[in-house]
Amino acid sequence: MSRPTGFVALLGLALAASLAFLVLPVVAIFFNTNPAQLVSSLGDPSAAVALRLSLETTAIAIGIIVAVGTPAAYLLATRAFPGKAVVVTLVELPLVLPPAVAGIGLLAALGPQGILGGALRDAHIQLVLQTAGVVTALVFVAAPFYIRQAQSAFAALDPRWLEAARTLGAGPARTFAAVALPAARAGILAGLALAWGRALGEFGATLMFAGSFRGITQTAPLAIYDRFSTDFPGALALSATLLAVSAALLIAIKALAGASLLGRAAR
Amino acid sequence: MLRAEASHRWAGFELDIALEVPEGRCLALAGPSGAGKTSVLRIIAGLLAPSSGRVSCGQAVWLDTARGVSCPPEQRRCGYVFQDYALFEHLAVWRNVAFPVRKRRRSERRAGALELLDRFGIGGLADARPSALSGGERQRVALARTLALRPRALLLDEPLSALDRRTRSSAARELGALLRDAGVPTVLVTHDFAEAALLGDRVGVIDGGRVVQRGTASELAGAPASAFVADFAGAVVLTGIAHAAADGTTRIEIDGGGSITAIDSGRGPVAATVFPWEIAIQPLDAPSRSSAQNRIEAEVVSITALGQRVRVALAAPQALVAEVTERGARELGLHPGMRVAATWKATATRVVRR
Repeated sequence: MSRPTGFVALLGLALAASLAFLVLPVVAIFFNTNPAQLVSSLGDPSAAVALRLSLETTAIAIGIIVAVGTPAAYLLATRAFPGKAVVVTLVELPLVLPPAVAGIGLLAALGPQGILGGALRDAHIQLVLQTAGVVTALVFVAAPFYIRQAQSAFAALDPRWLEAARTLGAGPARTFAAVALPAARAGILAGLALAWGRALGEFGATLMFAGSFRGITQTAPLAIYDRFSTDFPGALALSATLLAVSAALLIAIKALAGASLLGRAAR
Repeated sequence: MLRAEASHRWAGFELDIALEVPEGRCLALAGPSGAGKTSVLRIIAGLLAPSSGRVSCGQAVWLDTARGVSCPPEQRRCGYVFQDYALFEHLAVWRNVAFPVRKRRRSERRAGALELLDRFGIGGLADARPSALSGGERQRVALARTLALRPRALLLDEPLSALDRRTRSSAARELGALLRDAGVPTVLVTHDFAEAALLGDRVGVIDGGRVVQRGTASELAGAPASAFVADFAGAVVLTGIAHAAADGTTRIEIDGGGSITAIDSGRGPVAATVFPWEIAIQPLDAPSRSSAQNRIEAEVVSITALGQRVRVALAAPQALVAEVTERGARELGLHPGMRVAATWKATATRVVRR
């Protein structure tokens, strides 16, 4: 290799600046939290409750997103139909929705006075101010991240594989389960990591749609906000914990996806 | 017996074919890329629904648009070997081969796959990933996987084109033996006439979505129905205007200059064809022997060795190719730029209408 030119040095500088700016706040959280505080803050039952609620609601939301989003993404990736571009755009719309707008939209659709409010009441389903409402908000904001990623993972598959599976006696369902899903696994897991990360950090829509009640709807981000005016060290400690959980999740899923990619290359 | 007749139109293309292949026989469809070869296979396999048509194999009707019958691909048991083999990269070799087998127990599925892989001499690769295999090995895995389906018909798309030249001839021999053993109707498509001649009991030349001529390879090469078939079969094609000569032969004025004689009859615009191995090369000053001998002056463009023979490309009013012995080329001192006379017998000249 020759010496880096001025242009390459410039690129390096831009990356260094981006990295410093993006990492600084993250590092600062740990820098300002001393371990004793962290432990005592986690001992605080309300923090533990918020964290547990976050993990439970995001796990349920991700379960729903994967169960419904995977077949939907497969359809979008493998079939052409009129109006497909419009459908794809509609599915992606929540990506660009400000959280406050998402919250209002959920209230207008599923709240007591909303479009489906009457029907939900008749079915004895209450979402607003309930844990189920948290899950609803999480599914709404995180699903597009998953569906988009899964769709591009399916679209990247060699269509010959799916056709070969059909000629070898597999119906459409078995072709999906035995060929498309495992072959697109890495991309699907990446989408899962993105969606889960987005769900763990969800704040605005949850606050507006489900409120912030300890033990019922107060997820970790809401608990952090709740403390931030009265107990900054406590907010910091909870932030550090949430950060650690999110990072661990991201790394675990990336490792899983990476293993399948590496495994494919190595054998 | 596999029977298929179908017509299909899509943006600027029209496919219209009918074919019949008895059990144990192989029909090779040969034609240039874009002729519609792969579409024919896709229609038979059920991967492409034609505008109208009927496909049947033995007693089973796979498609009958008139009666609204269309059997999905997974119910046809029609083995399709794709051009790039389409092996499942995320599955080990033996799992690829076991894919069509519907047995509950893993051990039975594996045993069946291993038996097939052993028949192809690649039992040792059972646990490898397809990405680790060579082209020839991938082809065997694809064939083994297709046979595991116990297919009622076989479709092969350019089976040899993904292989390098060295592997190709041995693969062709194995494939020929396999097709004879399988005993089912086979349709093979290729852009290479030599490959079609090697593997097909009968050859259909397909162009522009239609089978323009069918027969054995030697019938097609010896009596091409059109200039396209002749050219495709490897013959030199010269266009010109034919008229009857006094002695009962046909005289052809070649477009661009010169004239030749043929025994075949023909009138008006024709294509005269001759195979490269019928053309001899002589020095310009060699005496011309008789009127039954065609003679065209030409310039040597290139000389390519083909084992014992050399292929000589010649520039004349219309391009010619001659195949001569290596010794002959050496004795003549052939080199690019040299002017020579290309000669061949009137009886070796085929005349087809344009």
